[in-house]
Amino acid sequence: MTIVNRETSFLGFRRENGRVGVRNHVIVLPLDDLSNAAAEAVAHNIKGALAIPHPYGRLQFGADLELHFRTLIGAGCNPNVAAVVVIGIEDGWTKKVVDGIAATGKPVVGFGIEGHGDHDTIMRASKAAREFVQQASEQQRERCAIEELWVSTKCGESDTTSGCGANPTVGNAFDKLHALGSTLCFGETTELTGGEQIVAARCANDAVRERFMFMFDRYQAVIERHKTGDLSDSQPTKGNIAGGLTTIEEKALGNIQKIGRKCVVDGVLDKAEMPTHKGLWFMDSSSAAAEMVTLCAAAGFVVHFFPTGQGNVIGNPILPVIKICANPRTVRLMSEHVDVDTSGLLQREITMDQAGDKLLDMMFRTANGRYTAAEALGHREFVLTRLYESA
Amino acid sequence: MIHCILHDAEDTVAVVVVEGVTRGTAMTGWVMDDDRTIELEARQDIPIGHKVALRDMAPGDTVVKYGIDMGKVVAAIRKGEHAHVHNIKTKRW
Repeated sequence: MTIVNRETSFLGFRRENGRVGVRNHVIVLPLDDLSNAAAEAVAHNIKGALAIPHPYGRLQFGADLELHFRTLIGAGCNPNVAAVVVIGIEDGWTKKVVDGIAATGKPVVGFGIEGHGDHDTIMRASKAAREFVQQASEQQRERCAIEELWVSTKCGESDTTSGCGANPTVGNAFDKLHALGSTLCFGETTELTGGEQIVAARCANDAVRERFMFMFDRYQAVIERHKTGDLSDSQPTKGNIAGGLTTIEEKALGNIQKIGRKCVVDGVLDKAEMPTHKGLWFMDSSSAAAEMVTLCAAAGFVVHFFPTGQGNVIGNPILPVIKICANPRTVRLMSEHVDVDTSGLLQREITMDQAGDKLLDMMFRTANGRYTAAEALGHREFVLTRLYESA
Repeated sequence: MIHCILHDAEDTVAVVVVEGVTRGTAMTGWVMDDDRTIELEARQDIPIGHKVALRDMAPGDTVVKYGIDMGKVVAAIRKGEHAHVHNIKTKRW
């Protein structure tokens, strides 16, 4: 008997467009690298405003620029965000991000620095942020249905205990959530290498399967084009190898445990694309932790399951990252980073069903407001995926 | 105590899940898929998370984990020995 059923609910923030968030952030979002200083100054001035600095946004073009906008707009649209102050070096692209976020109906305003300078921009943006923070502080949580919670997953610093314990724990929870009509997501395209046929076989129909294999082959072509040796120094990573993982196939077979035993892959997303219906989605994405989790935040997911073996410490400013670990050594040495300890699985002290429920229990506590380890420790890695060089 | 875990009864390697496995340690292995145990002896020191070979393997042999191909043997491995990047390599990339 699991702890979730259709009547299970949680306390969330309902947004203007009907989506439900579990955090109530007012973010100060720079359009580009040049605007980080002003954004951070605003967040320093206004308590409760959160700056999300990043290093890109200038001279990008084509698909790479589209991805930049999709990621920033998606982050602003995320239901964990109550309101957004956008700051850019100039007005044109700043307005594009503001307009994209405004489509959700949430409060958003933008400021261009050129012609004003940092001082004037920081003053005006601080006034806007102050109003947003005060508005947000009056918003109340309300009871929301389990299927309104969008949950993503990605593992990191995996080792062999990830495949035995932490990843199948996520798989068990995903099987239960999928049956209840939740919207779920996994990705890490190159990290399926050696297990891609297993994912293909789990696709709901031929159209989904073709789209998945298109994404898989497209990423393999990127590797082929740029690699200088075999990829054995990068995939698996040095950390993976120290943890006992030997080949990409072994890593992939462990990785795939995260989609459980029953889940069907219902759809395929390009990077930072938003799901259009419920079910489990594969999102084409890098396997680098902060990049992938940032893409999940941009796609609208509000809680993230992050299994780790050797102890990845990642967090995200928008998306609460719940860490699951089954490696007893890591749990002992890095306990401050672990939200859900499932090391008992490896000694048959708990069943997979119990481990999955333990994670779901922490998911509800997190959704209801509990800070994850990464939130408490201040991990706010916001990393934009780039497709190629700037112009 | 469970010293190592096999995902599938067909696996040719198992994951060591406790610290302190050294040459001569009598190990109990748990086969997750059919919930039974096996016994074997470690021929080398094997760190937690690393794999132990469950049978003798020769270069060119396929290594099986989760019941699936996870790479090829590139240096002979005897049952009970440490199986990792020094004697197993990917078939991809």
